[in-house]
Amino acid sequence: MRALVIDDSRAMRRIVASILEGFGYETRPAGHGREALDVLEEGWVPDLACIDWNMPVMDGLQFVSAVRAVPAWRQVTLMMVTTESEHGQIVKALAAGAHEYVIKPFTADAIGDKLSLLGLMPVPA
Amino acid sequence: MTTALATSGFDWVCQLVRRESAIVLAPGKEYLVEARLMPLARQLGLPGVAELVERVRARPEPALTRGIVEALTTNETSWFRDGDPFTALTGTVVPALQAARRPGEPITIWSAACSSGQEAYTIAMLLADSLPGATSRVRITATDLSRAMVDRTRAGRFSQLEVNRGLPAPMLVRHFSRVGAEWEISPALRQMVTASELNLAAPLPRLGPFDVVYLRNVLIYFDPPTKREVLRKVRQVMRPDGWLFLGAAETTLGVDDSWERVPCGRGSAYRPMKGK
Repeated sequence: MRALVIDDSRAMRRIVASILEGFGYETRPAGHGREALDVLEEGWVPDLACIDWNMPVMDGLQFVSAVRAVPAWRQVTLMMVTTESEHGQIVKALAAGAHEYVIKPFTADAIGDKLSLLGLMPVPA
Repeated sequence: MTTALATSGFDWVCQLVRRESAIVLAPGKEYLVEARLMPLARQLGLPGVAELVERVRARPEPALTRGIVEALTTNETSWFRDGDPFTALTGTVVPALQAARRPGEPITIWSAACSSGQEAYTIAMLLADSLPGATSRVRITATDLSRAMVDRTRAGRFSQLEVNRGLPAPMLVRHFSRVGAEWEISPALRQMVTASELNLAAPLPRLGPFDVVYLRNVLIYFDPPTKREVLRKVRQVMRPDGWLFLGAAETTLGVDDSWERVPCGRGSAYRPMKGK
């Protein structure tokens, strides 16, 4: 399975990617929403995108809306991974088309629980 | 400088926990005793777990004894833990109960080792979302050995880290509100749940009858005679056509032959065998 990890913090990208790789994912990083769209447009369409909210150039919410506007990317599961923790923010992200929401700080188990809920936990070979 | 727990101290803790909760701590669990009791030792200003045990053995204090037992009874939990028993509830069990009961008749559910309440509130959320009138019709009894866990269940408040553990985001926004740094379950769902202290190894108070019992990841801590006794008591407070859910690693098979294992959703449930 493939995951796109979108965060403007390199340290956070590494943390999320290493958790996902531990579960068996192949990952690619992107520093903001626009860079992530470039990855999708070049044809690398992931099963999952983990998306920070506050990023330069294109934020996470804009990225979610952009992905949802393209029918060919409908199968990409969108999971916000962000410090934004207000009730209204979560509602806004879900309304824009995000499937799940993880609030920072989080544990590897929290990511694992969400992947299980979404049916995105890879089966060991 | 902390002192390691001597064998005699470990044995004494094992006997205490077994006497108070029927939970068996296997040899080799010294690390667990050390890790779980260290915070209690620190709270009392003691250098280590050995000193804590020494103090309680020399001068028994009920509050401290209780603190030790509570610290050693596992409280790990998360929302939708092992999802099958929950999908089976809405997919199989509740439709069967609706067919068997009069319209509007209460549906009674027991979360028998509720920890901080995630299992009871998971059930409440699922039924509130799928069964019309659930908030008045469904009654969930949540019990735990630990007073602290019962208080947490009653409060219905969860930390950010706790809501991150397997609670679907759409359910979070539908059923919780933010209170400071925590999330609080809605009053309508909280009133579906009645929480109280209960020791499964002691004689049960007046309870039930229950349509559904969740007794998950509890039997694994008991020896075979205690498992059999707990299952016997559970059967007494269940309706004859009730449903019992155990943990994925638990079974009644070879322990108590008065249960029938039935496929339920993607997993299994246990039902009282007729005539037993």
